[in-house]
Amino acid sequence: MHLDEVPQEGLHYKERDTLRKLMYATDREGHYTGVASVGWEAENIATQSAWDEVNESLRETEAAVRSGQLSPIVYFMQKCLMDLPILARYVGKWRWTVRRHMKPAVFKKLKPATLKSYATVFGISVEELQAFGSNKQDS
Amino acid sequence: MEQAPATLPRLSLEHFQHAHCESGVTTNLLRFYGVDISEPLSFGIGAGLFFGHIPFLKVNGTPGTTFRTWPGAIFKRATQRLGIQIHSQKFSRPEQAMQALDEVLERGIPVGMQTSVYYLPYLPEAFRFHFNAHNLVVYGKEGDEYLVSDPVLETATRIHTSDLAKARFAKGAPEPKGFMYYVKQVPPQSDYPNAILAGIRQTCFMMLSPPLPWFGCNAFALLAKKIRSYPKTLSTRKAALYLGNIIRMQEEIGTGGAGFRYLFAAFLQEAAERMHREDLKKFSEELTVIGDAWRNFAYSAARIVKARTSDLVSFQQLSDQLLDIGHREKEVLKRLRKAAQK
Repeated sequence: MHLDEVPQEGLHYKERDTLRKLMYATDREGHYTGVASVGWEAENIATQSAWDEVNESLRETEAAVRSGQLSPIVYFMQKCLMDLPILARYVGKWRWTVRRHMKPAVFKKLKPATLKSYATVFGISVEELQAFGSNKQDS
Repeated sequence: MEQAPATLPRLSLEHFQHAHCESGVTTNLLRFYGVDISEPLSFGIGAGLFFGHIPFLKVNGTPGTTFRTWPGAIFKRATQRLGIQIHSQKFSRPEQAMQALDEVLERGIPVGMQTSVYYLPYLPEAFRFHFNAHNLVVYGKEGDEYLVSDPVLETATRIHTSDLAKARFAKGAPEPKGFMYYVKQVPPQSDYPNAILAGIRQTCFMMLSPPLPWFGCNAFALLAKKIRSYPKTLSTRKAALYLGNIIRMQEEIGTGGAGFRYLFAAFLQEAAERMHREDLKKFSEELTVIGDAWRNFAYSAARIVKARTSDLVSFQQLSDQLLDIGHREKEVLKRLRKAAQK
């Protein structure tokens, strides 16, 4: 890649275009040098599509929580960009335990201390965690 | 126990922007000690170039793909080959880790460490997924803020103590466990030619020798086969997600472009100049051409991601493109391995 071919295609999404990254490219004599680039179309498509996937999953999960198929833990896990192995490590429980807590029936019977540890990991209050997706909440 | 003072000396660490976090941290730390080294040189001597595709190792729901060696290896290998003594340490509790950091800073030593990008508020939100192998240098403390030299940024920055503690103790593989490292002693002179050749030999070995399908050049064929099967075995959405992840590993996380291939070409060029070896310069040019092919691959993949298509022909073409790059890279590395014996 030549210096003048280094793309400068910024993506105005979640502050992406506030960071210019260093790229390596060759000058006219074929000599490598560093050049700052604000982004490239191919990379931007990949970044954007990863976030679109997150948002799409969140919408689906929210619907599943509202219809009583999943517990709010799944929603907040995805909101924090976590997956099951990561969440299990954060709350310090087995994966199968956490998977059980994703069932609404089990979730309803969780002890306050367990709920508290989930809420802390998600950075929300226990009330927010419990209220999400229930009919009491209007949003 | 005596309380550590809130403000620690601010070290005269000069911040340089680099493409990649670990080779960048290695370079900035070594330059602090007057070692004349560039990022490509750290990267090459540290044998940073690699390729791997492990379909069953899922990272956030997508198969793991990497264009670089494992975290921590570049710093360790580069310093070892240059005869530089280092100290590295992991911790079990955040309080211990933060106290140890303060003590080392107080001794006037800049410290490199492994962190999770999720907890680094100074990075654009677009990048902040749970990626736990980001490296940065801390070179001072003022009040409840640490002074940070993060090689992917254009300038030095700061981070709040509580954020840094979280970033150093993020959970999920690869877990940092407060991992930190610093330079203990630098020899008056290092044997660069030998370090460079050792780096090249190890890079070629890691790419050409593992008799397993997931690592090195074998993984090109594996990934090509997988890509061919995506439209048949995956939903359109999953296929786009998987392809998108490959592009992100190749371009989004700081690689200098083309999944570190340009960075490696820059290394070979610098090696050629330092050692007066015309043949290495030729290899650098060949790697540049291969890097361009990787960029084309990413571009083709991005078009599929954007179109969200399950078109068999598009995936077949992308797979062929990858196979072709793989063959060419393997062929170049084989000749490079021979050249590095001398």
